[in-house]
Order: sequence, then structure tokens, then C-alpha cells
Amino acid sequence: MATIELDRLIKRYGQSTVVHGINLSIQDGEFVVLVGPSGCGKSTTLRMIAGLEEISEGEIRIDGRVVNDLQPKDRNIAMVFQNYAIYPHMTVADNIAFGLYRSKLSKSEKRQRVEQVAETLGLSQLLERRPSALSGGQRQRVAIGRAMVRNPAAFLFDEPLSNLDAQLRTQMRIEIKRLHHRLGTTSVFVTHDQVEAMTMADRIVVMREGRILQVGTPLELYEKPVDVFTARFIGSPTMNLLPASLRDGGADLSVGGSVRVPYSSATTSDILVGARPQDLVPTVADPQGLTVSGTVVVVETLGSETLVHIESAGQTVIGSAPGRQIPRIGEHMTLHASSERLYYFDKATEKSLAVR
Amino acid sequence: MPRIRPGRIIAWTLLLIGGMIMVTPLLFMLSTSLKDASQVYDLRVIPQSPTFDNYIEILGDGRFTRWFVNSMIVAVIVTVSNVFFDSLVGYTLAKFRFRGRYLVFVAILSTLMIPTEMLVLPWYLMASQFGWLDSYWGIMFPGMMTAFGTFLMKQFFEGVPDDFLEAARIDGLNEFTIWWKIAMPLVTPALSALAIFTFLGNWTAFFWPLIVTTSADLYTLPVGLSSFAVEQSIQWEKIMTGASIATLPTLIIFLILQRYIVRGVMLAGLKG
Repeated sequence: MATIELDRLIKRYGQSTVVHGINLSIQDGEFVVLVGPSGCGKSTTLRMIAGLEEISEGEIRIDGRVVNDLQPKDRNIAMVFQNYAIYPHMTVADNIAFGLYRSKLSKSEKRQRVEQVAETLGLSQLLERRPSALSGGQRQRVAIGRAMVRNPAAFLFDEPLSNLDAQLRTQMRIEIKRLHHRLGTTSVFVTHDQVEAMTMADRIVVMREGRILQVGTPLELYEKPVDVFTARFIGSPTMNLLPASLRDGGADLSVGGSVRVPYSSATTSDILVGARPQDLVPTVADPQGLTVSGTVVVVETLGSETLVHIESAGQTVIGSAPGRQIPRIGEHMTLHASSERLYYFDKATEKSLAVR
Repeated sequence: MPRIRPGRIIAWTLLLIGGMIMVTPLLFMLSTSLKDASQVYDLRVIPQSPTFDNYIEILGDGRFTRWFVNSMIVAVIVTVSNVFFDSLVGYTLAKFRFRGRYLVFVAILSTLMIPTEMLVLPWYLMASQFGWLDSYWGIMFPGMMTAFGTFLMKQFFEGVPDDFLEAARIDGLNEFTIWWKIAMPLVTPALSALAIFTFLGNWTAFFWPLIVTTSADLYTLPVGLSSFAVEQSIQWEKIMTGASIATLPTLIIFLILQRYIVRGVMLAGLKG
């Protein structure tokens, strides 16, 4: 159990800076997900916490203690890697026991711990097997077992689910979440998959180009994105963004029509009006909201809902229709979103107008 | 009956011819070792009156056993040393970032371009000045570490994912233990190959042991066998008998290590 604090953390490789002085405070027992596109510095940050990467400037504190100059083994953390990193020449039991390499427990105590962990992870029947005789999901469970067996202060996960197929990924996501609920160990999880971030995190940290853009609960990020990047990164399919020009109390959309805008801007009249596909539906609820008409170009049937791509004034907008209502391609369609479901961004700075 | 394609027939014929070319000298070696001196130039593969006299004589000759043991000592020690040091240096060059790393690697590689013949003289002078002439160490020292082995191991260690090593680092192993317990088992096929090459090379080495040794007690097997050709007339049947016995250890080493090569290749195919 531990808190983790990053204080003006900087990482440079030669001339280029990959992490630009980030600050983050992780609470004891919290499950924090670092998310962002590849190259955003999320893995580097995690590796700095682990001690696998040197810190160029700034400070990392685990449980209040500065760990900058501590070896990975002295930080009392455990890490799960993307490609599992379980040793092919050892059995499952030996692999899990490896987590106790430095522990002073007796042989029988170690064995007992390994068995407990195996039991928790459903590996009891596989203890004598070698990794080559395991499935991908089982291998990742062994890797988690090796991390768990030591009762570390914190778990660090570096894209642990990326090598698994879609179904297994969903299953492991739930398993890791349940495990965290049970153990309550502080966890930092790195992923580029926003669905993983949304479903697993207590708090999400959105990163881009070595900077933290926004920190918040999944719902905060979904409801109140601070900029266009976060707005588009969180939520699937991506948020629609329609150019508009601001005038008194409202804005005229380039696709036609206008919306009411509750914000004003002293600096710009060019804004982007955002609407999530789930909020853009064929029924009118709010006459003051957004209305877009166009020709249906793509229909994605998901069963529970139908995603409709319509083209309007040269721009493609994605909306959703109820599951059983499947429009035909080429058909004319009008979609609506109520005004309280809309997002507004400065087109030049890409910042949300709601954030001051 | 399934039709056999002409391409197949050509391939098989070529392989058969190649195989025969390689096996013939071995066959003659074995066959000559079973002949007595009068039959040596009779080129029949199956000897007219096969005899084990040569074997009895050679194995009864204390010198031969001595040479066999000498060769064994030299080959085993040099092989162990190569497997240890080549992989230690190879691992360091592959997995650690330090200033001058590339320079060190190129320097090691460049020694491959110097022919052994050119090195023999400096080696000899060195051995002579250090007083290593006519000793086991004198025979072994030039081969205790090789550029080829270092290069081979470096290439293989580069294929070992860093995650393995980092996971071990987090679990608290020191760098030497990471190399020994984690990295080494992952390159077993390369280690086996290196061991076979080194053992063979040293078991059959002739030129350097011939130069550096003077007393017959320190001869290695090839040097000793060649002395059958100078002392009296050339005793082919003795040489062939000695050579037949000498192939046994290499055969055994190969049979033992071959398993690891095959298993190692299978391991290398894993994702984990």
C-alpha cells in the first residue's frame, strides 16, 4: 500500500525531451490509468516509477520517500509487462516464486505463498507446467502472480493486455479489476486503449507528447473534456466536431443551422461544436439543440444500437439510431442532440470554452 | 504408387553423391584401422582379414592414452572458458549502453580479419617470454576467448527481450545473476552451437599445439598421431586407428548437445 507522487518529472534522451515536467499524485489504493497515443510518454513515466529509466529532473516519491536513486528492487513495486516476461525455462511455480527471490521466507513458506497466489488466479492445476504449455491468458496470469506474490506497495502494468485477443482482453480486464478490488493495492496501468482506461480506472491521466492534458474520473473525462484531444480520445466512436462561428449567445454551424452557446469568448469567433454519436439521435428532444441533416453513407449495425454516418455539407457526422431501426444507404436523415449534451471548443487553441 | 517428380530425383541423386563423398574417407579410415600393415595399400573397403590388433596396440600404448587425455583437457577447458567469457562479453555488448561500446565491438570483430598464421609468431614469442612453452596453458591461452564466439553470443543476446531482464531486475536479482539465471538459459541453442564449434576446433587443432609443445608427453592427439608418420615410415593403419578413436568424443558431444539445439529453437519460438 502506498501513495505515489510525481513532482515536475522530466525525462530527456539526449537533446529531445519526452516527458515535460509532469505532476501527479496517486492516492493509496487507487487504480490510475495512464492513457494516450504511442509516444506520449506514458510508458516512460511508468518505467521511471519502476526505476528502469533514469529520471532527468524532478522527483518521484513512493509513500513519501524519494526513490530517484533507488534501484528497482529497493522500491517495493512489482511490474507486469506487455509480453508477460515469464521465463520459458522455468515452471509456473518457479516463475511465481521468482517474485520472492529476495525474500527471507523459508522454502515451505514460499511454497505456501505461491500456492495461495496460484489459487487466487486459478493456476493451481498448472503449477508444474512450463509457459510453452499455457495459453496467452494463463501466461499473463502467471506474470500477475509473480507480481502479487511479494505483496508489493504498488503494481505497475505496462500494457499487459495488448498481446491478448479481444475476448480474452475483456476477461482479463475484469479479473484485474476484481483483483484490485480485493487486494486494494495502489496500481498504475498504462494503455493506449481508451476502453481499458474507462472501464478499469478510478482516475484516468490523459497524456500527449510528454504532457498531462487532463486527470479525472472516467465520467469527468467523458463529460468535461478540457480540450479537443481528450474529447476525441475518450469515448467510442469519436466525438463529432463541427466548425461554427460564434455570435451573440449562439453559433452558426458550417453544416447549416445554429445552436445556442452558453459561453462567450473574447478571443475567437471560430469554434468547434462537439456532439458524441450516442447523443446524436433521430428524435427531437430540444429545439434549441443541434440539428444535422444529410445523406446516409455508412451504417454500422451493432444490435443494441445502429451507428449512422451521414454526410452533410462535405462533412461526415456519426449518430446513432435504435438497434432495430436500420436506415438505408443514400436515404436522407436528420439527427438531433439536445443543447446540454453539446461541447464547445476554441478552434485555434482546441481548449474547451467551458474551462476558464 | 505416388508419382515422383524429376526435380526430386535430381535432388536426391545430388544429395546421395554428396553424402557418399563425405562418408567415403570415414569408411576408409575405419576400414584401414581394421587392416594390418601389409594390407594398407589394398584399397578394398572390407578388409580381407579384419583384425583388432591395431586397436589393442594403440590403446595399450601409454602415449596414445596420454595424448587423448591431453586433447580432452585442452578441448574441455577451452570450451568451458569460451562458453563463459564469450557469452559474458557478448551479453555486455548486447544489453548494456556504455560509451565506447561500439568501438569495443568493432575492435573485437576486427581481430577476425587477422589470419592465424600471422598470429602464431607473436603468440610464440609471448609464450616463450612468459615461460608458457611446452605447457597446457601454452596450448590453451590463444583460444580461451574468441572474437567469433563473442560475436555469435552478442547476436543471440540481442534477441532476448529486455522485459525478461527488467522483470528480473525488479524482482531483485543482481546483474550477474540476471545474466547467469535468466539470459543464459534463453540462449541455450547458441551456447550449444558455440560449445560444439569450440570443442571440435580444439580437439582437431594441429598447427599451434605442434609449435608450442616439444615434449611428447604434452602432445595433443592430432600432433601425436602425426608423429606416427615421421618417426618410422608412415604407419597408416596406426594413424587411422587413432583417428577412429579420436572421432568418438566429437560424435558424443554432438549427440548430447544436438538435443539442446532442437529444444532451444522451439523455445525461441515462444512469445513469453
